[in-house]
Amino acid sequence: MKTHDKSAREPLLRIVKRESMPIWKSMLIRVIAVLAGILICALLSVLVLDNVDFLKFIKTLFSGAFGTERNIWKLGKNAAVLLCISLAVTPAFRMKFWNIGAEGQTLIGALASVAVAYYLGGKLPTPVLLALMLLASVLAGAIWGGIPAIFKAKWKTNETLFTLMMNYVATGIVAYCLAIWCPSNGSVLPRLAYGHLPVIIHEYFLLIAVTLILTAVVFVYLYYTKQGYEISVVGESENTARYVGISVGKVVFRTMLVSGAICGLAGFLIVGALDHSITTTSVGGMGFTAIMVSWLAKFNPLVMMGTSLFVTFLQQGAAEIGSAVDPSFPNIIVGIVLFFIIGCEFFIGYKIKFREKARKGGSAS
Amino acid sequence: MFKKITALCLVVLMAAACLGLAACTDMNSGAAKMTDSPLPEVELTKDFEVPADFKIGFILLHDEASTYDLNFINAVKKVQAALGLTDDQIVYKKGIPESNACYEAACDLVDAGCDIVFADSFGHESYLLKAAEEYPEVQFCHATGTMAHTAGLANFHNAFASIYEGRYLAGVAAGLKLNEMIADGKITAEQAKMGYVGAFTFAEVISGYTSFYLGAKSVCPSVTMEVQFTGSWYDEVKEKEAATALINNGCVLISQHADSMGAPSVCEEKQVPNVSYNGSTHEACPTTFIVSSRIDWSPYYLYIIKSYCQGTPIAADWCGGAEEGSVVLTGINETAAAQGTLAKLQEVAGKLKSGEIKVFDTNTFTVKGEKLTSYVADVDTDAAYTPDTEVIKDGYFHESEFRAAPYFDIQIDGITLLNTNFG
Repeated sequence: MKTHDKSAREPLLRIVKRESMPIWKSMLIRVIAVLAGILICALLSVLVLDNVDFLKFIKTLFSGAFGTERNIWKLGKNAAVLLCISLAVTPAFRMKFWNIGAEGQTLIGALASVAVAYYLGGKLPTPVLLALMLLASVLAGAIWGGIPAIFKAKWKTNETLFTLMMNYVATGIVAYCLAIWCPSNGSVLPRLAYGHLPVIIHEYFLLIAVTLILTAVVFVYLYYTKQGYEISVVGESENTARYVGISVGKVVFRTMLVSGAICGLAGFLIVGALDHSITTTSVGGMGFTAIMVSWLAKFNPLVMMGTSLFVTFLQQGAAEIGSAVDPSFPNIIVGIVLFFIIGCEFFIGYKIKFREKARKGGSAS
Repeated sequence: MFKKITALCLVVLMAAACLGLAACTDMNSGAAKMTDSPLPEVELTKDFEVPADFKIGFILLHDEASTYDLNFINAVKKVQAALGLTDDQIVYKKGIPESNACYEAACDLVDAGCDIVFADSFGHESYLLKAAEEYPEVQFCHATGTMAHTAGLANFHNAFASIYEGRYLAGVAAGLKLNEMIADGKITAEQAKMGYVGAFTFAEVISGYTSFYLGAKSVCPSVTMEVQFTGSWYDEVKEKEAATALINNGCVLISQHADSMGAPSVCEEKQVPNVSYNGSTHEACPTTFIVSSRIDWSPYYLYIIKSYCQGTPIAADWCGGAEEGSVVLTGINETAAAQGTLAKLQEVAGKLKSGEIKVFDTNTFTVKGEKLTSYVADVDTDAAYTPDTEVIKDGYFHESEFRAAPYFDIQIDGITLLNTNFG
């Protein structure tokens, strides 16, 4: 057996954290990554789909999102719902509480709205009904977010698993309620006639406006209030938080109530402004996409307006290109582009170092 | 050393792949004989002009991967070929959930210039209805729905088919197979128990398995049946589990009303005869597939396109039968089916068409030991699902006559539900 010297035992590649990088440089890397991702998507589309060339891909991507007035409204609406749920997950994420239960919190919020409209619709004036729906949704969402927080604070349960499991419980409850409400109907609840949000300017306007106001509120809450600061401190270091006298359990619980309540609001908007009904898939995975949106924006609500719009733009544009062939096509496109973005974040934060010996033997370092 | 092992692994893998391929080809070359269909598809004839700017849009819950949606897509292709429509005249929206997204898809199709918009899933209905209210100049047609005959909109239409007749015929084929097994001494008459994998416990499925059972009972009086529900239209694992459970429970023949290959593939594996649905599973199950019934939507497509082009109104609620070519059967697999199945099915099909046989003849079944003389079904849609229409007259249950979508939801004697699943 040969004897190995020290340098030979050193791995060929090593990952080293970068000191720092000028903002212009990191932004440039991100733009290049997005463009590279879209380029790969275009290549894939040209290869896989009939009648698509590179120019048509780019053109359709944009026309799908901005082509008609209806598409623009749809883009705004879809981005707003996604943004609303992204805002919901953000406070918890800033305190490094990995809440992946937004899907279930939103769904249970939507269910609360539907339940109120189902039982009380027609018996109360619409404004009262809407107020009750909103209240019920926010409460339901908050409870759904609060339960994992209590367990985390009291018994140190793993919040990622707990919130994830709560999604399935929510789905099950929705299925159960639908089976009760419409047994002879294959569990399909037709659009309810009551509890519709008023149409101002456009069907989707109110939803978009509410979300934009909410964005400002969440931004102020996180950056300019004591509670927001406490969240940041707990996120930085729980020990520091304890040292300065912050009750970590209390902050975790309160923040999860806020997260859940905003999810509940999103559920209310989905029911009151869009679906007027519910299925087990009413949230359609947005609770998970929202995690991505929030993370891409570095948990900053204002930047999230951009990231949610970007993700929705990709989804909608890709749907125009390929969903007539395969409904999963938009997911493929969004997946590829996000993969590139996440990849570039890695290279912004870290660099890869080659083994020293190889460097000596090779060209200049 | 490592390289050698890798190379060895590769060689083994490739050899296995080759062998696998060879085995597949062998199986195909030994394919069994299929007879003609006792209830074949009808030829579509074009006796009208379609304007060059005519467009029709299709909203589908999933895509080709689901046998349910595939059945609709195949019908589109058939009508497209018969009418010589170009690809630009047909617009698909696939993977559309039963939510506001359906309304958006319908509006997109209107924007794209569609004259007719068709949606294929039950839960699409109320969203399609919303689009129909908004665009009175466009015709909206919906499969399996229940609201059109009471909605009072001139441009909103429901359609279904009397598929229970197809199921009944498929049931006759099953009964003949059971008789053959009894005659061969494989089972006793008391052991003639069939298994049925259903999606949900509601009218569409209940109507389907009851007509299947009555078909089998018409030739094999001792037959019983067990039904296991999966709670999903498409869940291969659950359908496999349900079929396996039924077979382990002593069922000697399986049929299903769910959209995956789950039940048929278990049957092929365990060599249990299978009566399929929504299209032939013969290729995957050459030794156990008997026959399959399905709805052919192309006659309805032809009807709505013709009505639109000629300016005649489309019926609010349309039910196609064997006569229109809406209910069809595949050919019969002679390897699995009993002798003389084709002739018997042709005879029964003729009697169904002439009205000599009624599927839900109240003399052929009992409910809790008694003959059914009256039943009020929920035909007109309302929020509380109130029964509103007497459907037993002249000695039979009038399925799909007051409304195309099925409303037979009675549990009859001889059929045991192992579970229920409403969603």
